Amino acid sequence: MTQLILEQALNGLQFGLMLFLLAAGLTLVFGIMDCINLAHGSLYMVGAYFVAAAAQAADSFWIGLAVGVAGAAVLGLLLEVALFRRLYRRDHLSQVLATFALILIANEAVRAIWGPAAIMLNPPEALAGPVAFPLFGEEFFYPAYRLVIIAVGLAVATLLYLLVAKSRVGMWVRAGAANREMTEALGVNVRALFTAVFVFGAALCALAGGLLGPLLAVQVGMGESVLILAFVVIIIGGIGSIRGALVGSLIVGTVDTLGRALLPTLLRATLPADAAATLGSALASILIYLLMAGILFFKPQGLFPARA
Amino acid sequence: MPLRLATLAAVLMLAGSAYAADKIKVGFVSTLSGPGAGLGVDIRDGFNLALKQQGGKLGDLPAEIIIADDQQNPDVAKQIADKFLKKDKVDFMTGIVFSNIMLAAGPAVFENKTFYISANAGPSQYAGEQCNPYFFNVAWQNDNLHEAVGKYVQDKGFKNVVIVTPNYPGGKDAVAGFKRYYKGKVAEEIYTKLGQLDYAAELAQVRSYKPDALFFFLPGGMGINFVKQFVAAGLSRDTQLFAPGFSADEDVIKAVGAPMMGIFNSSHWAHDMDNAENKRFVAEFQKEYGRLPSLYASQGYDAALMMDAAVRDVKGKVEDKAALQKALEAKRFKSVRGDFKFNTNHYPVQNYYLRVVGKDAQGRITNKTMGTIFTNHADAYVGYCKMK
Repeated sequence: MTQLILEQALNGLQFGLMLFLLAAGLTLVFGIMDCINLAHGSLYMVGAYFVAAAAQAADSFWIGLAVGVAGAAVLGLLLEVALFRRLYRRDHLSQVLATFALILIANEAVRAIWGPAAIMLNPPEALAGPVAFPLFGEEFFYPAYRLVIIAVGLAVATLLYLLVAKSRVGMWVRAGAANREMTEALGVNVRALFTAVFVFGAALCALAGGLLGPLLAVQVGMGESVLILAFVVIIIGGIGSIRGALVGSLIVGTVDTLGRALLPTLLRATLPADAAATLGSALASILIYLLMAGILFFKPQGLFPARA
Repeated sequence: MPLRLATLAAVLMLAGSAYAADKIKVGFVSTLSGPGAGLGVDIRDGFNLALKQQGGKLGDLPAEIIIADDQQNPDVAKQIADKFLKKDKVDFMTGIVFSNIMLAAGPAVFENKTFYISANAGPSQYAGEQCNPYFFNVAWQNDNLHEAVGKYVQDKGFKNVVIVTPNYPGGKDAVAGFKRYYKGKVAEEIYTKLGQLDYAAELAQVRSYKPDALFFFLPGGMGINFVKQFVAAGLSRDTQLFAPGFSADEDVIKAVGAPMMGIFNSSHWAHDMDNAENKRFVAEFQKEYGRLPSLYASQGYDAALMMDAAVRDVKGKVEDKAALQKALEAKRFKSVRGDFKFNTNHYPVQNYYLRVVGKDAQGRITNKTMGTIFTNHADAYVGYCKMK
């Protein structure tokens, strides 16, 4: 029983941290630049393809990850300079239309370059097995690769916290999120700051896509479903807040994993297995949105609003 | 009123009058994108190989194959089927991988009196009460491969089994088939979302039941991820994996590699089967595509051979539906799986074999045939089929 609870909790943590990598970039772009970027999920997909292609070419997952993340950062830079810079001052409708077009372009481009079949990545050989350690007199197993993902996620979260909460650039970012005009008036080069934030967000997307590649599949359209969850996260956490994104990601990750694991089991007491699974998974996906509605009811600005 | 009847009769006679077509059109709709794409691609490649060996002809008539991707989406498949039937006016349809898609697209095809030769999906519905003269399955009924595994697991004396399968018609057929022959304890049936790729939550649940055997039916990318994650979670030490051939064939083996070794699985066909047709098929498939064929490829290949033989039988008069149906039922082609015949519900009566994944003489990780589980095995639903 301890094994089951701990394993599911780690699964929730792992999923939450990966959501955080996506939500961090999204919340900054939305919060600071007031720009709705629906194509954030496409950066995740393209990043994953970059990592997969580089990993296959270099025959090393880690080199592939580094090259892929760098490639996505460059792509983010090009996109920001060529397109997003023109969108910041437009209304939300134009932003939604333009970035939705980007999703379609990205999906078709990936299909044209890499083909329609999914790429199945393998984790590095050394991490393909489980890690075993004693726990309350029992042996506890957990996949090594998932532990590494958790470690990377925690490291990035800590780094981001230090960057945003303790550094000068972070201060500008927070100031920009709280009041853009005032920050500009104080002489901060907001344009360069925007570019840097966008590029950083793109790199985090690729990092998440690359790390999840061996657990999921690198395929066309992988960004859309995860984008919706990332938006839920930043709305729960408060738009523009890194702390909110972290807390929101962990809540959504845990609720989703536990809901998926526990609800069918609970319903199983009264229903046959297939009906319990159908109802359970439907309820589990509703659960996240119920949670969001509940939080918005008590805290309309999210848990940690950036513009307090 | 008499006049109308007369017109109707005239129209019917016109439609009924058989003439030889100048070419045969086949509508091929399959899953060619996403994690399920490997299956559709193999069926397509097998089909095309047979066609190439016949010089691009089916029954001595030039063949035109129209290929479309259903994206594993029932609505997309329905639209494609409509286009095939109304605009392209195809003579045959084939290619669908997943049973939920088959059940969605089927009614329009049968309504139009077009023969559908299933090279994969074999839902229980079309074997039993909803059986149809225009539906043939050249592969198997969904339950069959699962029944074979169930029998083997039962015979080997496993006592505590967990079943993992996607929550869709094919998955339910899998559980029904497995449990028809496995009579021991099933600790839990875990139903996942069709197309799910992360099994962390389910594997934690599996561990808590401490099963001695796990039976999983997860075709395509689902199975690839499941086996990798199963081994990564350290479950392979205490739990023996069993699967139908779908979840342990070349597509999955190639993607997963060494962790696949030792998985027992069932199939009606294997690439090491010793008959002349199969040897030619396996050799030429490897030459053409540079990889070993999977059971899906053998099914696509057989589907093309079946159309070829039937069209030749009716001398190209494919408009004579009754004659064409008889010709299809007669099964005059030589299948790469060896001999089999069609039951009254248009599903095969055939042998099922046990295979195990291991290293072959050349050091490749692949399937090896171990023995026969069922001889001349029919499906369980044929009794519900009222078709004559």
